Amino acid sequence: MSVSHSHLAALKPGHIAIIASLNLSPQFHQRLLALGFRQGRQVTMLRRSAFAGPIHVRIGTTEVMLRRRDAQNVNVTLVRR
Amino acid sequence: MKRIAVLGMPNTGKSTFFNRFTGATASVGNWAGMTVDLMMATLKIGEVTADVIDLPGIYDLRGFSEDEMVVQRFLESTPLHLIIIILNTVQIDRQLSLALQIKRLQIPAILLLNMADEAPKFGVKVNAEKIAQHLEMPVISMSAKYGNQYGKGYDAAIDAIAQTLHQQEHPICVRNISDCAIDDRQLATELDAILQDAVHISTQHSNTLTTRLDRFLLHPILGLPLFFAAMYLMFQVVYTLGTPLQAFLSFGLDWIKVAALEPVFTPFPSFLKGFLIGGLYDGIGTVVAFIPVILLFFFCMAIVEDSGYLARSAFLMDAFMERLGLDGRSFVMSLMGFGCNVPAIMGTRVMRSPGLRMLSMLVIPFSLCSARLNVFIFMTTALFTPQVAPGVLFSLYLFSFAAALVTALLFKGQFPNHDPLVLELPPYRFPTIKQIFVRAWVEVKHFLRWSNQFIIAGVVIIWLLNHLPMDVPPASKQTLSGMIGQAVQPLLQPLGINSQLAIALIFGFVAKEVVLGGLAVIYGASNDAGLGGAIAHQIDWVQAYSFMLFTLLYIPCLSTIAVLKRESKSAKFATLAVVWSIALAWITSFLFYQGARLLGF
Repeated sequence: MSVSHSHLAALKPGHIAIIASLNLSPQFHQRLLALGFRQGRQVTMLRRSAFAGPIHVRIGTTEVMLRRRDAQNVNVTLVRR
Repeated sequence: MKRIAVLGMPNTGKSTFFNRFTGATASVGNWAGMTVDLMMATLKIGEVTADVIDLPGIYDLRGFSEDEMVVQRFLESTPLHLIIIILNTVQIDRQLSLALQIKRLQIPAILLLNMADEAPKFGVKVNAEKIAQHLEMPVISMSAKYGNQYGKGYDAAIDAIAQTLHQQEHPICVRNISDCAIDDRQLATELDAILQDAVHISTQHSNTLTTRLDRFLLHPILGLPLFFAAMYLMFQVVYTLGTPLQAFLSFGLDWIKVAALEPVFTPFPSFLKGFLIGGLYDGIGTVVAFIPVILLFFFCMAIVEDSGYLARSAFLMDAFMERLGLDGRSFVMSLMGFGCNVPAIMGTRVMRSPGLRMLSMLVIPFSLCSARLNVFIFMTTALFTPQVAPGVLFSLYLFSFAAALVTALLFKGQFPNHDPLVLELPPYRFPTIKQIFVRAWVEVKHFLRWSNQFIIAGVVIIWLLNHLPMDVPPASKQTLSGMIGQAVQPLLQPLGINSQLAIALIFGFVAKEVVLGGLAVIYGASNDAGLGGAIAHQIDWVQAYSFMLFTLLYIPCLSTIAVLKRESKSAKFATLAVVWSIALAWITSFLFYQGARLLGF
């Protein structure tokens, strides 16, 4: 198991990572917080849509889609490929 | 009279609970000081009569979104006896934060853990009593979808509500929400303490039905074709069932007119009789004719929305729609607009960002609806050979797409959508039959209440324009509409639209179905074949195509304008939609007509 630092948009389908930090506007930060995106929580990349479209991730029991450019501001530590 | 607010996160079945709790008797009410409508109902709970208000679903009490500010303003201005908090049991790991925030408000509250029926599937076990100890409020597991058919939770919830309401003599108002705020760190600590103590979530739930379905429905290659197939199916269901129903309804209305109304009104002066039957009755008929389509549309919408597929459509179409300043859901609504614009515009309610919603509403009226299709089928058959006609029709569909695209690109700056898109993709579920019916019925009720006066007034005005002054032939050059037709000639002549066709366009403001009827009155032919001949005699194909382009692009019908105004709550926006569509229609027809003439056609 290798540990590496990355951001959420860079994960490949099936990858599991731990959220390291959120680097977002206060509004968006709060929204993601309410959806369960907190430092230290585990997030699973489920799929990335075609044509650089949004990504689909699971955090806890919640599944969420977000745009790639927003996901780039969520820093993660990869724990499993 | 006591007062209860229902509060919860989005996608927790809050409206399902509200509908069940109030027996779907709720109506949309304007709440003092609020710019948005809130659903409310008055009911008897135990021995107490109470107003129950359904607040918009929010993620955070301190939030900045439009919905969150509505809730803040509501709480700061309205004294309450009780807050009912609805959360999704499956997502309790994050949703409890809202309950913790509400606890700080010091208003009596009851926490309902909804969708308890789904919790075992996701490996979520909750100890309600322990949570109640932490939160110092009653906590009850239940299922709003199945009510008292699922455990004793729903009845227990009603009992708890009645009891708390009975005990609470005086309403409490929050002076300032920010005084009761709690910082993220402390919130996280408290949340973790409760989760540790009272909640167990097994991690072995990754192969649910939803995961397996998503493998196909969100597949990078298969996803989009499956989505288009699903939309096509929905479109077919709504309009193959809706059109005959609509025809049946108007047949029935005509029958009543001929069999009952006309004999009854025979003794009346013919002007008054014409006004009552041709104006008022037919006006009401125009409104009523929309009911079957709206009903069927919202049957399907209830399924698409509650099943969780609508959020998935946003995932699939977002890459393309984002470049137009829209998102995947706008695309679904535009597609629906090809049947009828009215329910499609009503459907934009699922979008929470006002900019996104306005832009979508501006684009939808360019979808070539079935009413316009009738006009085009008639005109293309009358003026083109059977070999060319389908191609002509298809070209109009292309113009319809192009107009929507151009409009989105031109106006996306005016209606910025700053909301970063983050959407929950809820697990797939199927709504109960009752949920579907309640949803559709509520929509029909709203449509009738709000659009009635507007459309009927419009129909009556058009009728008067066509029949005043009283001593000239209806719809002739001497009537008011005839004079308007003459007056707008300088504007419409460059498009090849003569004064007779101009009057038909004025008829078309009411509804595109009326255009054909209007042409029939003007050209004095009673049957379709005669009318086709008469038109073909008077205008050539270039004029006809220019007329069709104009008909395609200028505002679809009065109902659409009424719905645009009601949904945007802005007369300015409705005016913009009308003016822009007429401008685009004029420019397009002008370019086409003059271009074709220049090329020697």
